[in-house]
Amino acid sequence: MKLVTAIIKPFKLDPVRSALAEVGVTGMTMTEVRGFGRQKGHTELYRGAEYHVDFLPKIKLEIAVDVDRVDAVVEAIQESAGSGRIGDGKIFVAELDQVIRIRTGERDQDAI
Amino acid sequence: MEAIIETRYALDTFYFLVCSALVMWMAAGFTMLEAGLVRAKNTVEILTKNVALYSIACLMYMLIGYNLMYPAEGINGFWPGIDWLLSAADHSPEAVLASDGEIYYSGLSDFMFQVVFVATAMSIVSGAVAERMKLWSFLAFAVFLTGFIYPLQGYWSWGEGFLDGLGYSDYAGSGIVHMAGAAAALAGVLLLGPRQGRFGPDGRARAIPGANLPLATLGTFILWMGWFGFNGGSELAVSSVESANNVARVFVNTNAAAAAGLVAALLVARSAFGKADLTMALNGALAGLVSITAEPLAPTPAQAALIGAVGGGLVVGSIVLLDKLRIDDPVGAISVHGTCGIWGVLIVLWTNADATWSGQLAGLAVIGGFVFAASLVFWAILKATTGLRVHPEDEAAGLDHVDCGMEAYPEFVATGSGD
Repeated sequence: MKLVTAIIKPFKLDPVRSALAEVGVTGMTMTEVRGFGRQKGHTELYRGAEYHVDFLPKIKLEIAVDVDRVDAVVEAIQESAGSGRIGDGKIFVAELDQVIRIRTGERDQDAI
Repeated sequence: MEAIIETRYALDTFYFLVCSALVMWMAAGFTMLEAGLVRAKNTVEILTKNVALYSIACLMYMLIGYNLMYPAEGINGFWPGIDWLLSAADHSPEAVLASDGEIYYSGLSDFMFQVVFVATAMSIVSGAVAERMKLWSFLAFAVFLTGFIYPLQGYWSWGEGFLDGLGYSDYAGSGIVHMAGAAAALAGVLLLGPRQGRFGPDGRARAIPGANLPLATLGTFILWMGWFGFNGGSELAVSSVESANNVARVFVNTNAAAAAGLVAALLVARSAFGKADLTMALNGALAGLVSITAEPLAPTPAQAALIGAVGGGLVVGSIVLLDKLRIDDPVGAISVHGTCGIWGVLIVLWTNADATWSGQLAGLAVIGGFVFAASLVFWAILKATTGLRVHPEDEAAGLDHVDCGMEAYPEFVATGSGD
């Protein structure tokens, strides 16, 4: 099992969610986060004085998937979240040791 | 004929009281403007300061201020003499009829109109010292300004003291109310210092954006509306064709100056900073209002718009200049009321043939100098005794927590109670 973590632009949340549903993803967790990469921050003016916005708002999606579906999920995110411009975000794929459904106690593939 | 005189007395009194209520509402305008331009963590404290200063102003003016400013008989042009407590006595019908038009409104309606002006002057101070001053030191200063400093300099001009004799002309108080408030604020800010993080190590100004621009916008519109009472009421009468026409002209000019001030500030900010800075536009409207306040009657509407527009441009430049001087004024009060107050007093010369350079300059020097110096002394005494500034850790945590023990929006923090 793998844990796919995607950092995307906030306005891309709906397209990504739809694309993931099409490849059979039935659950995910979303968090509003802030961060920067190559896009860096930018400078704003307020009453003539500068202030720096270093951390830009992003959405973090976490999706637990079976190994054989990882490629389809990653591809779906990449296609739906991409605008071709800097700041589109990143996808991280990591090993997932165990998954447990709290209500039933089901484990691993059964719990995804 | 007697019935006409009594009716006119009633009408002028009624007009005075309605204008008082409009000016009272400016306290709400200042409160919302300031609450919008500070950070969320200082919201409750700035609200507390504003409701408390309004109330202190009303009590102090009743206790001593009004009698200082308008003594039955002043001792000399500089010193009115001490006379405690507002009297409930008012004019009898016989006295009104016998006065031959001299007495045409209730004495207590005059108190009501004057007391809300004192509160306005004090409101100016609260925005400039926001987010870092100790609540109780501020309120102690409010007692001093509204009970003594403001009424004494008010006596010199409106109370027919020596400034009035020098020919100083200030219709509704660009100098007496607005510049006076700004001078007191400037003295406080100089002793208080800027907010943490407002200026970088290199001295460059850093922005600290306000928490709630809808509130700041509402506050500006409330002030704009209240100003019709502020300037319109200063005609002091409405019950003749002449005074009714004058009131209408004052309304039109006041409105034109505010509108032109807003547009000018918006354009200047757009060309200087590249963005349409709402907060500058709001300051621009107030700048236009302050600029026209010293003479809202004599100009034509077009002249009034021009006077307001210059004020709107001046305020943007003044805010940037104060930043360069490392004077931190979170809401722009010193620029709006001080810089544009001076402009308003001077531009009286353009449209009012009775005003003189010597009179206007004397007014600026005396009011600005006296209020600044007296305030500086009192701020310095407070600084040496109770202290002016909150502890740096408290400033970082926010004054709501420190002074008031509550937050403006506690439920905006996630509580984790969802199922």
